[in-house]
Amino acid sequence: MDIDQHRISTAVNGARHTKTVESRLLLSDFIRHELLLAGTHVGCEHGVCGACTILFDGLPTRSCLMFAVQADGHEIVTVEGLTSGGDGLNPLQQAMHEKHGLQCGYCTPGILMTMTAFLDANPSPDEAAVREALSGNLCRCTGYQHIVDAVLLAAERMRGARP
Amino acid sequence: MKPAPFEYIIARSLDQALAAKSEYGDEARFLAGGQSLVPTMNFRLSQPAVLIDINPLDELSGVRDGDGIRIGAMTRYRTLERDPVIAATQPIMLDALPHIAHPQIRNRGTLGGNLAHADPASELPAIVLALEGTLKVRSRTNDRSIPAREFFVGALETALRPDEMLVEIVLPHHQSRTGACFMEVARRRGDFAMAGVAAIVTLGDDGLCRYVRLAFCGVADRPWHADDAARSLIGIAATESAFTQAAELAMGAMDPSGNVHASGGYQRHLAGVLTRRALAVAVTRAQQGHSRSSRGH
Amino acid sequence: MTTRYFGAPIPRNEDQRLLTGRALFVDDVELPGMLHAALLRSPVAHARIRKVDVSAALQRNGVVAAYTANDLGAFWQPGPLLVPPPPIDGITFNLRTNAPLAKDKVRYVGEPLAIVIATSRYIAEDALADIAVDLDELPAVVDLERALAGGASLVHDDLPSNISAYVRQTKGDYAAAARRADRIVRRRFHYEHGISSPMETRGVVAQWDERSDQLTMWDTTQAPVFVRNGLAAMLNLSERQVRVIAPFVGGGFGPKIMMFYPEELLLPWAAMKLRRPVKWIEDRLEHFVATTHERGQIHDAEIALTNDGRILGVKDVFLHDTGAYDPYGLTVPINSQCTLLGPYVVPAYDSTFTAVFTNLPIVTPYRGAGRQHGVFVMERLLDIAAHELRIDRAEIRRRNLIPASAFPYDNKIIYQDFAPLSYDSGNYEPILDKALEAIGYRHFIEDEQPKLRAAGRNVGIGIVNYVEGTGIGPYEGARVQVQANGRVSVATGIGTQGQGHFTVFAQIVADQVGVDVKDVDVVTGDTDRFHWGAGTFASRGAVVAGNAVSEAAKVVRQKILKLASEYFECAEEDLVLEAGHVSIVGVPGRAVRLGELAMKANPMRGAVKPGTEPGLESTQYFGPPGGTTASGVHAMIVEVDPDTFMLEIKKYVVVHDCGTVINPLILAGQIHGGVAQGIGNAFFEKLIFDDTGQILTASLADYLLPTSLDVPRMELDHIATLSPLNPLGIKGAGEAGAIPVGPLFAQAIEDALELPRKGIELLEIPLSPGRLWELAAMAAGS
Repeated sequence: MDIDQHRISTAVNGARHTKTVESRLLLSDFIRHELLLAGTHVGCEHGVCGACTILFDGLPTRSCLMFAVQADGHEIVTVEGLTSGGDGLNPLQQAMHEKHGLQCGYCTPGILMTMTAFLDANPSPDEAAVREALSGNLCRCTGYQHIVDAVLLAAERMRGARP
Repeated sequence: MKPAPFEYIIARSLDQALAAKSEYGDEARFLAGGQSLVPTMNFRLSQPAVLIDINPLDELSGVRDGDGIRIGAMTRYRTLERDPVIAATQPIMLDALPHIAHPQIRNRGTLGGNLAHADPASELPAIVLALEGTLKVRSRTNDRSIPAREFFVGALETALRPDEMLVEIVLPHHQSRTGACFMEVARRRGDFAMAGVAAIVTLGDDGLCRYVRLAFCGVADRPWHADDAARSLIGIAATESAFTQAAELAMGAMDPSGNVHASGGYQRHLAGVLTRRALAVAVTRAQQGHSRSSRGH
Repeated sequence: MTTRYFGAPIPRNEDQRLLTGRALFVDDVELPGMLHAALLRSPVAHARIRKVDVSAALQRNGVVAAYTANDLGAFWQPGPLLVPPPPIDGITFNLRTNAPLAKDKVRYVGEPLAIVIATSRYIAEDALADIAVDLDELPAVVDLERALAGGASLVHDDLPSNISAYVRQTKGDYAAAARRADRIVRRRFHYEHGISSPMETRGVVAQWDERSDQLTMWDTTQAPVFVRNGLAAMLNLSERQVRVIAPFVGGGFGPKIMMFYPEELLLPWAAMKLRRPVKWIEDRLEHFVATTHERGQIHDAEIALTNDGRILGVKDVFLHDTGAYDPYGLTVPINSQCTLLGPYVVPAYDSTFTAVFTNLPIVTPYRGAGRQHGVFVMERLLDIAAHELRIDRAEIRRRNLIPASAFPYDNKIIYQDFAPLSYDSGNYEPILDKALEAIGYRHFIEDEQPKLRAAGRNVGIGIVNYVEGTGIGPYEGARVQVQANGRVSVATGIGTQGQGHFTVFAQIVADQVGVDVKDVDVVTGDTDRFHWGAGTFASRGAVVAGNAVSEAAKVVRQKILKLASEYFECAEEDLVLEAGHVSIVGVPGRAVRLGELAMKANPMRGAVKPGTEPGLESTQYFGPPGGTTASGVHAMIVEVDPDTFMLEIKKYVVVHDCGTVINPLILAGQIHGGVAQGIGNAFFEKLIFDDTGQILTASLADYLLPTSLDVPRMELDHIATLSPLNPLGIKGAGEAGAIPVGPLFAQAIEDALELPRKGIELLEIPLSPGRLWELAAMAAGS
């Protein structure tokens, strides 16, 4: 049987990639093993844990529930795209660091992507809103409290930095 | 868990999509949001030979207030959550949408995909059934309108024929003095409901119930309307004891089979609790003017 | 010596990499020519294997190899005993271990039958469907009591029964205590602990380099040194030919220390045979059967008390589900048996357990490692006694606490580390007092609760105690070295799965050697970098490896001082180590960089004196004489919806004693995470098997992990009774949060719904809204 392949062109973290992929290749596997952007992690492959969350055309999306072929002509941002190279951390990452919002770090990229979009749309959330926004990302290490603290701190700092 | 191989067809037009479905029939599935389909493919519980990607079909997306509230099948949950027409005319949807999975899922998942998937625990089939919606279905050669009560025929089973696509959902306008409420109980936010109810009540000028709908999710192999319970409220005052009686009738008529999260008995119990609570809210909302009808009644 | 870092809430050294997606986890390893493995797993729980035929799989495009048990030749053998049973008199222990691929019989759903290796995981999974399997199904043993009944199907038919072990431990005379007692409370308890379900499942990449005869394996193991040693022996290699790397690991929690999982053996064997690197990544569906579980125990327990609630003795007979094999010995049930005693004076104790084979996945330690089960029994017995004797639940606990003057307190029975269960130190009453104060116990019971109840709200409070034996041996080691560039490298054999070792070990060293904590590079879990050690388990990393790091750092500090005093020709007391330099007190301008000193310690000419070593480096080991006992109290206020039985946690308090705290921020994270797992265990996570041994909850949509909406904000407080058993005075803290949450839920829910008054007792974990409804409905019906 012939393998069903398609040529796709997708922008990932601002860089254009053109590749030939098998139709059944999951977007998560494409990102990790074709583009070698291994920061996006795979936790369940059934859309529950949120570890694989990326921004697809700016919206947080489970990359394990999409096929690479669907990314043709679309834009993806992964955790590697949150900072423009170098050793810096953006305000959300910095707050996660200061508040100890990560332990093993496996769920962290998915949480960063979800919270990046959330804070963009909700610059002044309260704790309840943060917990609700976070509820689609599972963490088995932290018990969430420090993550919530980090998001609230990041929101406060980002508000303060606005012109 | 990686999916089995399939042929991927990207539909650039509705005609192309329907032609492909006509050709492959049950061997092909439409790829809409994929939030229900792809997990089953990753588990290899479903192994379609062909996937027809209908995401490019913008014409299938959008909400219009016309002859009824017309929602394109490809309209994503995220769009529904933010749509002003929905907020004004079908606010019961806003009760339910926050319970559907999580924002990441709602960014992709579609109303049409949800209804065509027909999970018996899913909220929107029960809401569409409660609202007496009509599902517009199209094939290469034919158009049909299927009332909601005929569309859901079993667990993960609809009346769609192998060559058909769900293209639009039409919800009738509410009469004035109508209130609606959806409530569910789930183990965690976003989980499938152990039981959920969509209650719709229209009050007459005399304050008595004129029209009542009471549809449940999670308690049968499809969304289920409690005919006797709803009927029991017509022409009487909306009191707590009337709600309790309706709840009892509903509980008596259903036979939930239970699942890993809830026994059948507990599901039935929850259905009764939710009936009382949702009816009470629906009536309060009816009294306060919950939704507007474009007819201005 | 400054203590700038030790004890401070330093943010972590490892975060940068993790936050930017640049940390290497096992599935990130990409090697040229790498192949991918998938395992065919038994679809039934118990069967004789007639045939496993891979020939059709080998025909598939992209499949490179497929192996069954017979293909493994001499490599096929049942695995070793990993943890011998403790030396307890009269013990029965029937060792039965699994082989890498099943040969004559399968004994649980998920037991591996064959392995396929292909050019992609996708193709490997396609090929699994090509394998022809012929199994003669046998009745499955799933229920513990039926497993021991006459005529039960035998999991191991060379044994006369399904008994894996029988252990009885006693102290004092329970029969006499029972005779003297004013009251005896006797109940049956069911406690099920669930699965670890870390966000990262297991994985292995094996690479054989035939030109250098070196095997490299990346493995999500918590015990890389043991794995290296065992693998080398099994593959007929020397230990120096095998390198096991535990990279960043996405959560361990215990099951990743189970060793010689089939995949850990099959992958290197296949890599050597095929001369190509092979990768296997466990998917979530596999994880439910392929990684070890904890599961259930049934306890028939009784407590003998005086009328004022003093414990005279406890008797407990319990069954423990060990699964289809018992390679990990008796750690879990011994922990249950020992930890039941808690922080209480229990003059007489008679505890018997039978570990039972079942046709279910293997049971090995998962965070708490059996302590949960014991703590549940004792805390529930005290609650029931409190109700019957009309004593306040906190008060009955207070009356039985081991007094602060009684340490070391010898409980006499044997613990998991083979030593008598001796509590080295502790001070329990202040912890209880702090917790009662923090939760507002008095005020809630006397004021808030009556008011809320009158308004129709069902609110309740719970308070529970526990102790935890932590920091057991055998030992750990560490090497500390000052590099020429002034950075300090630290290596130790244990692995890291998120506990912050890269930071806490750096803190210890930074203070001793006078550098910035960010200038200390820690390597864990790489057997080429440090090749002795046991692993990360049983809340021992900070205690045992931390003390080894400390000892090595102290020696390096001495070497620095000695060399610097020779260099500056001054006394060692006049020197100060700070900011990566050695300088002389009161003499500005005379300083030497540590890196420069390191270079002087490794001269190109001259001589290194006999009996000394080059460089500023030391390797030290630490082996504690016994475990050190941490303790704590959890308290919680809940509200329960009386119609739906849905529950909301209104307040949660933990007061904890783990001795000296290296990093309070990291400690808080460990407690939060433990409590979250405890909440999952108490109210959300339930493994459900049908009576044929099929798992019905094999997805994250069915096995419910708590989310950010299910875990409350917690208030933490500490006291510190330093451990006398190690120089730093540390006690372990990794499992503490998870241990007492089950009985806390039971107590608080009973209080919220006033269940004892209604004749309903909660004697099982997990609970759920549906289960509460059932129990209430049953009581109403009866």
